[in-house]
Amino acid sequence: MAKKPEKKQPSTTGHSWDGVEEYNNPLPRWWLITFYLTIIWAIGYVIAYPAIPLINGATPGLLGYSSRAEVQKDIDEVNLRNAPLTERINDLELAAIAGDEQVGEFAFNGGKAVFQTFCAQCHGSGAGGSLGYPSLIDDDWLWGGTVEDIYESISSGIRDESNDYTRFSSMPAFGADGMLGKEEIGILASYVSALSGINGAGEAELAAGQELYLQSCAACHGDNGTGDRFLGAPDLTDAIWLYGSDMAALSETITNARAGVMPAWSGRLSESQIRQATVYIHSLGGGE
Amino acid sequence: MQHMVKAIVLAAIVLAAAIATNFARDLAYQVHAIIIILVAGYLFIREIGKIGDKPLPVETGYMDGVIRAGVIATVFWGLTGFTVGVWIAFQLAFPSLNLTEWTGPYLNFGRLRPLHTSAVIFAFGGNALIATSFYVVQRTSAARLFGGNLAWFVFWGYQLFIVLAATGYLLGGTQSKEYAEPEWYVDIWLTIVWVAYLVVFAGTIYKRKEPHIYVANWFYLAFILTIAMLHIINNLSVPVSIFGSKSVSMFAGVQDAMVQWWYGHNAVGFFLTAGFLGMMYYFVPKQANRPVYSYKLSIVHFWALIFLYIWAGPHHLFYTALPDWAQTLGMVMSVVLWMPSWGGMINGLMTLSGAWDKLRTDPVLRIMVVSIAFYGMSTFEGPMMAIKAVNSLSHYTDWTIGHVHSGALGWNGMITFGAIYFLVPRLWSRERLYSLKLVNTHFWLATIGIVIYASSMWVSGIMEGLMWREVDAQGFLVNAFADTVAAKFPLMIIRGIGGLFYLTGGIVMAYNVWKTITGAGAAKPKQATNAIPAE
Repeated sequence: MAKKPEKKQPSTTGHSWDGVEEYNNPLPRWWLITFYLTIIWAIGYVIAYPAIPLINGATPGLLGYSSRAEVQKDIDEVNLRNAPLTERINDLELAAIAGDEQVGEFAFNGGKAVFQTFCAQCHGSGAGGSLGYPSLIDDDWLWGGTVEDIYESISSGIRDESNDYTRFSSMPAFGADGMLGKEEIGILASYVSALSGINGAGEAELAAGQELYLQSCAACHGDNGTGDRFLGAPDLTDAIWLYGSDMAALSETITNARAGVMPAWSGRLSESQIRQATVYIHSLGGGE
Repeated sequence: MQHMVKAIVLAAIVLAAAIATNFARDLAYQVHAIIIILVAGYLFIREIGKIGDKPLPVETGYMDGVIRAGVIATVFWGLTGFTVGVWIAFQLAFPSLNLTEWTGPYLNFGRLRPLHTSAVIFAFGGNALIATSFYVVQRTSAARLFGGNLAWFVFWGYQLFIVLAATGYLLGGTQSKEYAEPEWYVDIWLTIVWVAYLVVFAGTIYKRKEPHIYVANWFYLAFILTIAMLHIINNLSVPVSIFGSKSVSMFAGVQDAMVQWWYGHNAVGFFLTAGFLGMMYYFVPKQANRPVYSYKLSIVHFWALIFLYIWAGPHHLFYTALPDWAQTLGMVMSVVLWMPSWGGMINGLMTLSGAWDKLRTDPVLRIMVVSIAFYGMSTFEGPMMAIKAVNSLSHYTDWTIGHVHSGALGWNGMITFGAIYFLVPRLWSRERLYSLKLVNTHFWLATIGIVIYASSMWVSGIMEGLMWREVDAQGFLVNAFADTVAAKFPLMIIRGIGGLFYLTGGIVMAYNVWKTITGAGAAKPKQATNAIPAE
C-alpha cells in the first residue's frame, strides 16, 4: 500500500483551558454537504406538504396532503370493496350468514377482527373469559346462545343504562339488605355448592338449604337450580361459576349480589359488524 | 445575626409544614409535609447551634467538596435507578411482580415506572451534570464557584427535590406528564433550586480568569437555561387546594400534548444531549490528552443543535390530533438535526485521531469512546424514527424504548461512568483508581448489557409494529393486542437480562469508586500540593 503523504499538523486556536486546546480544523466536507442536503430536502418537503402556520390555517403544500384525508381514503377503499358483502350480511337472516357461500368466511374474519379489537379486553383473546367475564366458548349461556340471542346481547348490552333495550335483571343483595342472616347465607352457600356437585352436604343441612333456596332463589334460578335465561339467571347445577365457587365467593355473591355489565355496541359498531361478531362468537363452540 | 435570621425562617417553615400536615387532603402531600418538617427542623437545630460562632474564613481554592458529594450521589442514584429499571422490566414479563397482594398499589408498574425514569434521568443524570459542570466550569474558568455556599444549597436542594418526587410517585401524587410527573409544589421547589444553579454557574463564568468561555460551558449553560424555560412552561398549573397535591394543567387537549412533548423532547435534547455534550467536551480531551478536533465544528454544531432541537417535539405526536403543519415541521427539523448532532460525535471521536492506540491501554477512554459511538448511533436512529413513514411502524412499540435506552445507557450512562472514573482519583487526591481491571469489567458488562437490551427491543418493537398493522385480504386486522403481548414475552425477559448486566456493571463501578475513595491498594493518597488555588 502506498504511503499517504504525512498530513500537516493543524494549528490550534491558541487558547488553553485547564490544558485543553482546540485545533483549527475546518468543518469536515462530507458533514457540511450532508447538512446542506438535509436542509435542501427540508425546504422541498415544506413546500410540498402543509407546513407554515398562517393566521387562518396553514400553507396547504403543493401536494394537497392531509393525514385525515389519507386515512379516510384507505378506509373508503376497503369499505367500497366490501360494500356488496356487508350489505348482503345485513340482508340475510342471522342464522343463514355463516353458511352463506359468498359471505360466510368474510363474516367470520370480520367478526374475529371486531372481537379482538373490542371484546378481547374482557372476554380474552381466545374468548375463554375470566373471573366475572363469561367464557364464550362453552354452552353455558346466561342470556341464550342462539344467533338471535347473541346478536341481542352485543347490540343492546347487559345492564347498560345508556341503552333503552339493554338486557336487565338484578339479583337481590340478600345479606347486605338484611333479607337473610349470616348463618342462613352459609347454609344456602353449602346447598348451592352441593347442587353443582362440588361439595357434598349432610341430609339435614340439605333439607334446611332447600327450604331457604325455594323461598329466596327458586323464583329466578328455578326449582332445580337450572336457571332462567330470560332473566339472565345462571344455571347453578353445572360446574361453571362466573364469580368463583368456593364458600367465600358464594357467600359474597349471596350477600352482596352480582350484576355484571357489558356495554351496548349498537351505535359504536355498524349493523354489519355486530352481525359479523355474532357469527364469529356463535361459531366458537357453544352456539346453539 | 445571620444564623439568627436563618433559624427564624426555618422555624417558620417548620410551622407552615406542620399546618400543612394537619390540613393535608391526600397522603402524598401529608408525607411530603412531614419530610419538610424533618429537613427544616434539622437545619433549624443546626443553625441554633451556630449562633454566636465566628464567621469561617473565606476559602479560595476550587470548591470541590460539593463535587465530591455530587459524584457519590450520582453513583448512589444510578444504582437505585438501574435497580428499579431491572425490576420493572421483569414486571412487564411477570405481572405478579407488581406484588399487589402484599404492597397494594404502591409498587405497581404504573408508579415504579416514573420512579425509574426520574431516578436515572434527573437523579443520576442530573447529579452527574451538576457535579461535572461545577468541576468543569471552575477548571476552565480558573475561578472558584460563585456564590459561596449557594452551590451546597443547589446540591442538597436538588436531593430534596428527588426525594419528594420519588416518594410522591409511590404515594400516587403525579400530574401524569411524562418526565414531568412531580406535582406543583415540588415543581416550585425545583424552580428555586434551578435558578440558584444558574446563578452559581453563570456567576462563575462571569468572574472567570480565562479570556474565552470554553465550549463545554456553552453546552452546560444552554442546558441550564433551556431546562428552566421548559420546566416552568410545561408545569404551569393551578393547584386544586393549597393543602393538596392535585393540580390542573393550564393547557388542555392537543395544546397540552404539544407543550408536553415540546418539553419532553427537549428534556432529551438539552438535558441528555446538550448537557452531556458539555461533559464530553471536557473529559474526552482531558482523558485522551489531545486537543479538541475542530473549534469551528464545535461552534457550528452547537448553534445548529440549539436552534433545531427546540422544534423537534411534534415528532412524538405523528398521526394524532396535532395539525399536519406542526407534524411536518417536527419531522423536517428532526431530520435536519441529524448532522448537528453528529458534529459532537465527530469532534469527540476525531479528538482521538493520533491517539487511538490509547484505547488499548486505557479502559476509561474506551468507555468514553463507546459512549460517543452510541451517541452517534442514537442520533442517527432518532431522525430516522422521526420520518413519518418509519414512525408509523415504530411509534408506540418497544423500538422507542430500545432507542431511548441505547441513548440513555450507551451515551449518557457511559460518558458519566467515564467522567466518574476521571474525577474520583482527582477529587480525593488518589494516585490512581483502585483497579483498572474492574473498569474493564464494567466496560464489558455495560456494553454487553446495552447490546442485549437494544437488540431485543428492536426485534420486539418491529414485530409489534408489523403485527399491529397486519391485515388479511379482506382488510380485517389479524392480531389482537393481547397476541402481540404474548409474542413479546421472551423478548421482555431478554431485555431484563440486558438490564441486569448493566446494573451489575454499575455495582462493580460503585465498588471500585468506594475502594478508591478509601485509599485501598494502589489508590494511595497523593502527596499534597495537587490542588491549584483559583484566586
